[in-house]
Amino acid sequence: MSNVKEILLNPIFNNNPIGLQILGICSALAVTTQMSVAAVMCIALTVVCAFSNFFISLIRARIPSSIRIIVQMTIIASLVIVVDQILGAVAYDISKQLTVFVGLIITNCIVMGRAEAFAMQNPPGLSFLDGLGNGLGYSAVLMSVAAIREFFGSGSLFGIQVMPLVTEGGWYTPMGLMLLAPSAFFIIGLLIWALRAWKKDQVEAPEYQIGQHTAMSHS
Amino acid sequence: MEYYLSLFVRAVFIENMALVFFLGMCTFIAVSKKIETAIGLGIAVIVVQTITVPVNNLVYGFLLADGALAWAGFPEVDLSFLGYLSYIGLIAAMVQILEMFLDKYVPALYNSLGVFLPLITVNCAILGGSIFMVNRSYNFTESVVYGIGSGVGWAIAIVVLAGIREKLKYSDVPEGLRGLGITFITVGLMSLGFLSFGGISL
Repeated sequence: MSNVKEILLNPIFNNNPIGLQILGICSALAVTTQMSVAAVMCIALTVVCAFSNFFISLIRARIPSSIRIIVQMTIIASLVIVVDQILGAVAYDISKQLTVFVGLIITNCIVMGRAEAFAMQNPPGLSFLDGLGNGLGYSAVLMSVAAIREFFGSGSLFGIQVMPLVTEGGWYTPMGLMLLAPSAFFIIGLLIWALRAWKKDQVEAPEYQIGQHTAMSHS
Repeated sequence: MEYYLSLFVRAVFIENMALVFFLGMCTFIAVSKKIETAIGLGIAVIVVQTITVPVNNLVYGFLLADGALAWAGFPEVDLSFLGYLSYIGLIAAMVQILEMFLDKYVPALYNSLGVFLPLITVNCAILGGSIFMVNRSYNFTESVVYGIGSGVGWAIAIVVLAGIREKLKYSDVPEGLRGLGITFITVGLMSLGFLSFGGISL
């Protein structure tokens, strides 16, 4: 039982796909100006990741290793098409706002990475949970970034006005920068800093050690 | 001519794949520690992007779009839901063909690109380029220009980032920010710089 819990919860903080494994960052940055859009993206990715892991794990013994990437790609792409069609039918407006990024789940390295690293060696049930866990780890980062950007960028959360804007007679002047591309990079960078200040073992080793001051060493 | 030049400049600077649309970020962050490797990857991306975007344009225009199969006698058929599957399959195939072609005829370039070619299949800048091309309904000539432009933009961004990171490794960065964290902040600053191209139109 603890194994199941570990597989599900580990990717959220200890081995976060975005914070530590540098996977799937593209979409994490692009769809985070509004929480509702980010939430839909999270659900889409989690579903694709969990089910692709499940299906790949089901047929893992039958996939010849020389063409496994193509097989994985095909399964993932088919799932993404299904998700995209459902979104188009159920949540048309949001799927318009997500533009190309639902399609780009195909090349999202989290999905591929988990299929390759976990689903190829483990039974379907566990693989499904692993996919779910990694999807949730991704969602945790995505939702926090989206919350910060929407809160400061337009003074609202999930589209509900929390801080009344100056333009509508309130007091809050929105930070336009939060809605632009650079802020996403800054926020992710700072989030990683916060995560690593908390979990010290994730700190990277320095590439270059700055030497001691040598001026005094002559004496 | 002016129109195409403007499209090119837009694809390179204003709508930079990496810094404005966040595409190809994983490789962008992971493979930008050295300038030489960054240049290799950049060139590979330009080449693959220049080929795949126009080819996907043809595939979409003649096979997938609504009514595109009229030439084969099926004017009612709409296969556009197969889009993603075809684009990614085509990209994978193109990369494979390019790899074999380079191996046979241009071994010098093949050796210098090395491991980066297969990596490109899963680079979202490539797939993103094709999907953008379809969404914006570019025609064939536009798609060629857009393919080159977006590839060049991505290459410029990764080479510049690699240059900055090479210098950055000598600086004393706070512990938790080391590596990934500071790279993100750097990319953010670069992205801020690229925003200043926003108003340009030719």
